[in-house]
Amino acid sequence: MTQPRDFGFGEEQVMLQDSARRFMEDKAPLNALRAATKGTEDPYLGDERTGHYNPDAWKEMVELGWTALAVPEEAGGVGMNLITAVAVAEEIGRAAMPTPLTMTLLATFVLREAGTTEANQWLERIAGGLSMTLALHGKEDFLETDSTQVTASDSDLSGTSWYVQDIQKVDAVLVAAKDGGDVKLYCIELGADGVSMEHDRIVDLTRDQGRLTFDGAAATKVSDAGVDVINAAMPAMLTLLSADTAGACEWLLQETAAYAKVRTQFDRPIGFFQAVKHPIVNMMITADETRSLVYAAACTIDNEPEGSELAARLAKSSACDTAEFCANRATQLHGGIGFTWEHDVQIYHKRVMHTQQLFGDGVFQRSKAAELF
Amino acid sequence: MAASETAEQREFRAYCRAWLEENRPPPTAMPLPQAAYEVMTEDHRSYLVDWQNKCYEAQLIATDVSKEYGGHGHNGFQQIASTEVRRANVPYFINWIGLGMAAPTLLIHGTEAQRKTYLPPIFSGEDIWCQGFSEPGAGSDLAGLQTSAVKDGDNWIVNGSKVWTSLGHFARWMLLLARTDKSDKYNGITYFIGPMEHEGVTVQPIHKMTGESGFNEVFLEDVVVPDHMRIDAVGTGWKVAMSTLTSERGAAQGVGAVATSESPFAAIESLIQLAKTKKRNGRLIWDDPVWRDKLMKLYERTEASTQNFRRARVDALNGGAMRIPLQGKLTGSELGQELHQVALSILGQEASLYIGDDNSEENGRWALGYMNTYTGTISGGSSEIQRNILGERVLGLPKTK
Repeated sequence: MTQPRDFGFGEEQVMLQDSARRFMEDKAPLNALRAATKGTEDPYLGDERTGHYNPDAWKEMVELGWTALAVPEEAGGVGMNLITAVAVAEEIGRAAMPTPLTMTLLATFVLREAGTTEANQWLERIAGGLSMTLALHGKEDFLETDSTQVTASDSDLSGTSWYVQDIQKVDAVLVAAKDGGDVKLYCIELGADGVSMEHDRIVDLTRDQGRLTFDGAAATKVSDAGVDVINAAMPAMLTLLSADTAGACEWLLQETAAYAKVRTQFDRPIGFFQAVKHPIVNMMITADETRSLVYAAACTIDNEPEGSELAARLAKSSACDTAEFCANRATQLHGGIGFTWEHDVQIYHKRVMHTQQLFGDGVFQRSKAAELF
Repeated sequence: MAASETAEQREFRAYCRAWLEENRPPPTAMPLPQAAYEVMTEDHRSYLVDWQNKCYEAQLIATDVSKEYGGHGHNGFQQIASTEVRRANVPYFINWIGLGMAAPTLLIHGTEAQRKTYLPPIFSGEDIWCQGFSEPGAGSDLAGLQTSAVKDGDNWIVNGSKVWTSLGHFARWMLLLARTDKSDKYNGITYFIGPMEHEGVTVQPIHKMTGESGFNEVFLEDVVVPDHMRIDAVGTGWKVAMSTLTSERGAAQGVGAVATSESPFAAIESLIQLAKTKKRNGRLIWDDPVWRDKLMKLYERTEASTQNFRRARVDALNGGAMRIPLQGKLTGSELGQELHQVALSILGQEASLYIGDDNSEENGRWALGYMNTYTGTISGGSSEIQRNILGERVLGLPKTK
């Protein structure tokens, strides 16, 4: 198969991305997030971070069809490809929106790979508006696909899953659990009997995270081939997370460039000085590298699956380093104000720091990519 | 949306591929220099001109240029021809300044008569062009140039000197910037076609740090330039020059593949192979995770530059028409330099061996290539100037000048 030269990003994707951008501006303004987190600044006080979330926005996103986007038609969805989901994920990142949609999209691609009748039934529910996150990791060796500390016996789950994203926002979870020696995959609603939750205190204000403990909770098995399915879905998951970072880094770039035009020191806008101008250009260069690799990865996964892993690892490798660089320069070039809680840069800085570690940072991606040579 | 190629485009691509495969020229007796701007000998010149002419006749050059200017009159085929030429790993086109800068400039700013006269021999390689922009006292601050042109009846009398003139020793014509008004730095510059065969022109080779030549200092003494060889109006030379430089930096439509040296992608592939053969610290370099990280980072950035090129042609994704194209020269040259730095590090002590040493890796190509990467990071506006341009033209930051 060959790849379309425009990455498969056609009229439909352009329209979707435009409407997603308008939606975010309208429904996920940063000042709402700032207001919601006001009073929670002091890390030494209070017992938990609840995470800001607007459930009404979720309902509207479901009505717009965004949860059905990547669900195959036979499971009641729209059956769009990854590049389409990437168009939405990038806008979520640009808005730093607290939403379970990104994790739901990741879960969608895992369930697509599972391909069982049970998986399709859960996909149908996602298309109908069910939000879902992933519980794949144990406390240690969390980048290994078999790190889960949950065990299953006849689909009854026991044990604890670590680092579960957006745990306070979702309806259901896709769990990796060991049955005998094999990792298998299960779905279960968070409200089910035998499921309890503890919230982590995390840095990122736009997400929440926690541990899920299962105590003989009855789940639905959706795949017997857990490791294979997770590995097969990994390129799509890495690409979606990289798209989120690409969007966030574009915001950091534009915000920093705008600030450099208005902030005056030594009688000139600071963007006049090459010590400021050149690093901002470097932000653009790295952000563009990431965006191009993200579209290329999505297009490869959609059209030439044999190249998926390399393309996705390169995209995530780039996204992690771009996140590091853009967030670092954005905070530094804003000077004192960029270091404050009050300014929006910190919100993005923490979001991209968090995303960097999801499924491995740049160094990890490169070590995995090298194994393909 | 032009999501995929038309049947005609696919057919043309297949034709290009087949033609390039069948007509690949035999290697030269003495190996060609790494890049077209280092060609020095008459043997290499005539070999490369023959090759370019063959490609022109095969419609790989001037593919989309209209027939009245010597082109082949197609539409939407040049990109395909250029991509296939780059991919085929065939010799470069010697007249890269003619193809990459003179032709686009004449097509945009030239008169009808100029286009008809000068374009066909650019395409065939018959007339080699050089670029007369930089002067000893005007580099990054190009508008500080002092070479003067004084009107004398229907002619201009030009005096001054130009420097870093690649291909000056073979060239018939020069893209010449000269000062026609001393009182206005930017609006006092006029753009001419300079005749290199005039008796007042002296070409003196300059040797680079590599020991190679290929570029020159050019002295202009009472050189007579007829007024019909002026490009665009008197005093508009700066604006025309910016358009030429935009073409040079890879942002123009193009009339032929200007691959002046090896692509970064070929270089990173070779580097990984090199790392799989050279040992350090008791094991293959490729088996060392520190090295792998370094090499994969370069691989990632090389792939990104390829994908940038692809994204630049998708309107919905490029973030403004000039944003990605204007990065091309900067990122390509810096990436090339880093690739070579890493190559020398992989070679270790062997990196000291240079051209002509039988024990050197590929006849010293990495040491030579490393030094030559500075051509990319300095010429055509240094990397520092490129960052100013990007900051100002793409991000709208205040002008530094």
